[in-house]
Amino acid sequence: MKKIKINSFAVLAFVVTFIFTTFNANANQTRENVIKRGSLNCGVSQGVPGFSNADASGKWAGIDVDLCRAVAAAVLGDANKVKYSPLSAKDRFEVLKAGDIDVLARNTTWTLSRDGGLAVDFVGTNFYDGQGFMIRKAANINSAKKLNNVKVCVETGTTTELNLRDYFKQQKLKYEPVAFTKADEAVAAYDAGRCDVYTTDKSGLAANRTKLKNPADHLILPETISKEPLGPVVRGNDENWANIVRWTLNVMIEAEEYGITQANIDSLKSTEDPAIKRLLGLEGETGKNLSLANTWSYNIIKQVGNYAESYNANVGPKTPVGLARGQNASWRNGGLLYAPPVR
Amino acid sequence: MFLTSQFKTSLRKNLQLSKLLPQLLLIILFCYIIYFFTKNTQINLAARNLNFGFDFLNTNSGFDVQFSLIQYDGSSSYFRSYLVGLLNTLLVSFFGIIFATILGFIVGISRLSPNWIVNKLSLIYVELFRNLPLLLQIFFWYFVVIRSLPSTEKSMVILDILIINLQGFYIPKFIFSNFIYIFYGLFLALLATIAVKYYATKVFYESGKIIPVFKIFLLLIIVLPIIFSFIGDVSLLVEYPKLVKNFGIFNYVGGVKLVPEFLALLFSLSLYTSAFIAENVRAGILAISKGQKEASKSLGFNNPQTLKLIVIPQALRVIIPPTTNQYLNLTKNSSLAAAIGYPDLAGVFAGTALSQTGKAIEIIFMVMMTYLTMSLIISSILNWYNKKIAIVER
Repeated sequence: MKKIKINSFAVLAFVVTFIFTTFNANANQTRENVIKRGSLNCGVSQGVPGFSNADASGKWAGIDVDLCRAVAAAVLGDANKVKYSPLSAKDRFEVLKAGDIDVLARNTTWTLSRDGGLAVDFVGTNFYDGQGFMIRKAANINSAKKLNNVKVCVETGTTTELNLRDYFKQQKLKYEPVAFTKADEAVAAYDAGRCDVYTTDKSGLAANRTKLKNPADHLILPETISKEPLGPVVRGNDENWANIVRWTLNVMIEAEEYGITQANIDSLKSTEDPAIKRLLGLEGETGKNLSLANTWSYNIIKQVGNYAESYNANVGPKTPVGLARGQNASWRNGGLLYAPPVR
Repeated sequence: MFLTSQFKTSLRKNLQLSKLLPQLLLIILFCYIIYFFTKNTQINLAARNLNFGFDFLNTNSGFDVQFSLIQYDGSSSYFRSYLVGLLNTLLVSFFGIIFATILGFIVGISRLSPNWIVNKLSLIYVELFRNLPLLLQIFFWYFVVIRSLPSTEKSMVILDILIINLQGFYIPKFIFSNFIYIFYGLFLALLATIAVKYYATKVFYESGKIIPVFKIFLLLIIVLPIIFSFIGDVSLLVEYPKLVKNFGIFNYVGGVKLVPEFLALLFSLSLYTSAFIAENVRAGILAISKGQKEASKSLGFNNPQTLKLIVIPQALRVIIPPTTNQYLNLTKNSSLAAAIGYPDLAGVFAGTALSQTGKAIEIIFMVMMTYLTMSLIISSILNWYNKKIAIVER
């Protein structure tokens, strides 16, 4: 009896050891893991209209969501094979680093300290933004320079929170931050009157204004106090995966330059233009460099569309968010969007 | 069966060994698990190009906090943001424990009241507050009660000393000059009371006369600081909160401001915990048999003496251990502050600082150790007190 007891301990120790040693997953295989899983895990916001927002039936839409869909189209050939994880600003990087999501497309600002210090890679910019302030029209203030002794609602764990402090420090004005972990809570608190001012990126101000009780009572001040290049983020130890996401975005931007749309892509198959042929996967071996099938770029444009289509459908002037292209226009039209050549 | 003594010895040795071996294996296994997790963390940190270290504590944080007990702004270090969070946690826990104890004792005693209405009302109180989830109660106070208060320009003003609006509660601030003299007075009063108590005990044993120590103490603690404030020329300046208008934005400036997040958290923590403490108090009082009171009366003690010398000391023995648990719970539950944006340790340091630095392991470790230390300190203080009042067995 004694001996068996001891043996059972040894067995237990062995089993536990075995379980633990198999814990160490290899991190550099995001593409393989996504293909094996058959779906892409994408981290999005908890609801910013136009960027990533779920409708009543739970269907996600927005330009960040389109980026997730485009990556799924490129890797899996089906833009609908995406699982969305709504994340708070505070949690987003930890969830990405832990491997629970493959791409973070959550209006995230590209900064040096994040790119260099957080073990993540920023692969591009899909929206050029800048921070601004929203205030009640009743406050009779038309410039951010007149803000003094105000309470400002802000989402915690953001660059917004840091810029806010910088701005008031530079202007030598007084303020009191009221920080919330969710953007929704900050917006609701502003709407209820807990704060005099709400601050976030200007696109976010426009998007969140649609959620207020009386959007017409609120004003977005003209000043832009920061640069906020928003873009997708991946883990820092997987170069192949970073390239896939980077070039997915570039394909969408370049497709606009060459006038390739979801609607006309099939009719362009007979074109002689080599650049268009490359984007359609008819010439060159663009897919091979990313370890993807050569139809990857065709799938992106066919299933999701080019950048302009995504922009106009989600945040453009005809949507409730109503943002003009402005600096987010293609470089050919005087904007900042400039994709390196897909070749 | 007949056993030789030699066989007996070897059996005993075997038994000892068989007892020892599993223990040894368990220790090895335990050490291995610790080693495994440390090694695993190291490997994964290295694989992600993350370096472990507490250097970040000295760099400046870059973010402001709405409410802080010490001087703090974005140019202060991350370590200071840790202190801000810690002090805010201690603040809400300290006042929470005081309010919960007072309310708990009142309600607990009311539960035993012969008055039917008082009795049932306190029953409803207890059942309501201890059976609703705490987070829900925090949300109730914050989103339902406080959010429905009037805006700043339409504030409720009560006798010019309390101003209530959606953005907070404002009370006048008392600014003393030469405050230290009042402190001297209090200190002297305390010393004098100890002397009087010593003398009273001596008189009691010698002549049986009772000197009302407590009344003397009350007199001293009021009179001495007043006398000292005249000696030291203590002056009091009351700063009232003033309504200031900047364009269309109204603000109260000056005075003491209690932010709504603090109030909602304090209310909900105090009420929730007081319901449990009330039950402890009731149990403690009920635990004392009627015979104790009867015996006390037959020895000639009057009612207050019976309560003070017989009932309360015995009831406390029953009340203190479970109440210690409630104090610990309150302190730990205060971390739910993050849900409504009160800048406590979990919110400021494990929240904002963590997401700004990405130092998850270091920060969570620090915060866990801090809560552990706080809990151990609270429980050791109460254990000491409990030991002091416990029955001394001879």
